[in-house]
Amino acid sequence: MVAVRETVETVDKVAGEKYKYGFTTDIESERAPIGLSEDTIRYISAKKEEPQWMLDWRLEAYRRWLTMEEPAWAKVEYPPIDFQSAYYYSAPKQKAKLDSLDQVDPKLLETYKKLGIPLLEQQMLAGVAVDAVFDSVSVVTTFKEKLREVGVIFCPFSEAVREHPELVQKYLGTVVPTTDNYYATLNSAVFSDGSFVYIPPGVRCPMELSTYFRINEAQTGQFERTLIIADKGSYVSYLEGCTAPQRDENQLHAAVVELIAHDDAEIKYSTVQNWFPGDENGKGGIYNFVTKRGDCRGDRSKISWTQVETGSAVTWKYPSCILRGDDSRGEFYSIAISNHYQQVDSGTKMIHLGKNTSSRIISKGIAAGKSSNTYRGLVSVHKKAEGVRNFTQCDSLLIGDQSSAHTVPYIEAKNPTAILEHEATTSKISEDQLFYCMQRGVPAEEAVALIVNGFCRDVLQQLPMEFAVEAQKLVAISLEGSVG
Amino acid sequence: MLEIKNLHVKVGGKEILQGIDLTVNAGEVHAIMGPNGSGKSTLSYLLSGREGYEVTKGSVTYKGQDLLPLSVDQRAAAGVFLAFQYPIEIPGVTTMTFLKTALNSVRKARGEEELDAPRFLKLVREKAKPLNVADDMLKRALNVGFSGGEKKRAEILQMSLLEPTLAILDETDSGLDIDALKVVADGVNALRSPERAMIVITHYQRLLDYIVPDVVHVLSKGKIVRTGGKELAGELERTGYAEFAA
Ligand SMILES: Nc1ncnc2c1ncn2[C@@H]1O[C@H](COP(=O)(O)OP(=O)(O)O)[C@@H](O)[C@H]1O
Ligand SMILES: [Mg+2]
Repeated sequence: MVAVRETVETVDKVAGEKYKYGFTTDIESERAPIGLSEDTIRYISAKKEEPQWMLDWRLEAYRRWLTMEEPAWAKVEYPPIDFQSAYYYSAPKQKAKLDSLDQVDPKLLETYKKLGIPLLEQQMLAGVAVDAVFDSVSVVTTFKEKLREVGVIFCPFSEAVREHPELVQKYLGTVVPTTDNYYATLNSAVFSDGSFVYIPPGVRCPMELSTYFRINEAQTGQFERTLIIADKGSYVSYLEGCTAPQRDENQLHAAVVELIAHDDAEIKYSTVQNWFPGDENGKGGIYNFVTKRGDCRGDRSKISWTQVETGSAVTWKYPSCILRGDDSRGEFYSIAISNHYQQVDSGTKMIHLGKNTSSRIISKGIAAGKSSNTYRGLVSVHKKAEGVRNFTQCDSLLIGDQSSAHTVPYIEAKNPTAILEHEATTSKISEDQLFYCMQRGVPAEEAVALIVNGFCRDVLQQLPMEFAVEAQKLVAISLEGSVG
Repeated sequence: MLEIKNLHVKVGGKEILQGIDLTVNAGEVHAIMGPNGSGKSTLSYLLSGREGYEVTKGSVTYKGQDLLPLSVDQRAAAGVFLAFQYPIEIPGVTTMTFLKTALNSVRKARGEEELDAPRFLKLVREKAKPLNVADDMLKRALNVGFSGGEKKRAEILQMSLLEPTLAILDETDSGLDIDALKVVADGVNALRSPERAMIVITHYQRLLDYIVPDVVHVLSKGKIVRTGGKELAGELERTGYAEFAA
């Protein structure tokens, strides 16, 4: 069961309830003081009623962050970020509600229409107040009951800190340590909220888990923190995001996602990222600096990342796998589309530590307009890792003659038994292909979308069905205006 | 249906078509024969609106209207179909998906309702059967790894689905053995109708044994140098293009 659609109702309902209880009245006073300091962090932690250990953890990260420098190695350019001019806590703020769809940016509505999103859902996504007169047996309740029956924990991160401190303390920061990198460290200090998932031993999670379920809580803001643990022999498929663009006033996003798979466990993590990419002239747009990493901690465990990246002005993102357990497997399937002035620097790291570990990387980069699209990947084989296998395929597709694609693969093999295969191609959408499609009646932009979807097929096939269909439409939408 | 007057076309700075006059009426099948390099494909690309083909003189009227301002997809929607001499590969796009996208694009442009999956599937199967196009082929990426015969059958299948009013077949016989040629010719003949005009381009007379034309033209160095009945094809077969050759 992929209960994505039906939950929308519940989401509205919950949002409606919050509204009823008047959470919105207090917006101004719910803000932390401007800028970043130990006081800001204490404020955040206090607001969330966190235990001392959580505050200490944040403060330690903050002190570390002060000594760090912003990385400059990615092939992206943006003006310096002034960390002192931002607010780091303004939750649980409801976005200002609009009265009707008439007040919503018509461009946004146009996109929703193309994605085939039902009216009700459009209103919700656009932040229109919806009178939630829905079935009183809420889907979320049934859904939570179902999960509880099998012992799955799926809740907001802040709730997990309070309700399941032993699990959070045991796993938090064990995959992405607070010292990891500039943005991850910043996130550790100021993270707002996110998801927590725990799948007990031997349990196959009975449904796809989606952040969409918790869209009411999705004001997690800029610094989302997600932690997913699959205990021995368990399985979970997690969907992050949704294909429709949402209103968002924050420019910088620095999320951290940690996945842990124990013996024989499997985690499948799918993302569709469609944040505001900036306009045709490169104005505005989100900076998306994310650290996502999975630890195949147990033998025969498996972690699979699938991502469709079409949004954000600047993307800096490398979902990675640490293949620690023997016979563990990591997978990375990626579609990264850039148009206009977007900049993408994305890829993966496969760190082979265990014996007979294997990994597979399929990356499809599509660059249109004046955008720049870089695949950056590392396959690393440690000394003791016998019998490692990796297959990497990086394909780039250029649309027009002002876009650029780059492939930067790093390989470090310290064990001679490793078998590593790498294939890379760069091509352009050919005049012949476009002409052929158009001769069959397909208009130019749709022809481009058709060809690009074909180019991405291997990756699209990895997505859960429901997501795949919307992702295909999204490909088309994000390439609008890419042919003259 | 189609009226071409004194058509001059430049490609890559060079004048390739040098004054073509050609009138094709609904229901007629015209063959255009000619040696390699005489401008046959150039004419077919020009009619379908490909970029890079510049009309320096003359006019093309289709169904009483100027064809030249229309874009490639608009012409397709208006019923112009080109069966390619060398069909193009579309990796990752199954033949089925391609056919559905094409058909629904054209239907949309023609103001008709788009077909849903079950109705589309039924229609494709119906059209595919006489052309020996099996489900397996429909599931493969269009033209990728297709044999010569498969490619040409896929072209005719598209034509049969899109139901054009002006079909141009550019060397549909090239690369086909006699059995494949018969299947393709049967497919084409099944589409002959009083509402439809066809231009069959070929280098050899062989195809015209199976698709019997009403009129035969000989194109040489960008000009139509002779026009006659179907017997002209037989004559050319005996004498060759020597007298017209470049
Ligand atoms: N893009 C082009 N640039 C320059 N010359 C071209 C181009 N395309 C075709 N030609 C030339 O036009 C002439 C006619 O080609 P074509 O129409 O393909 O002939 P046919 O189909 O009869 O064999 C040939 O001399 C060919 O070299
Ligand atoms: Mg030719």
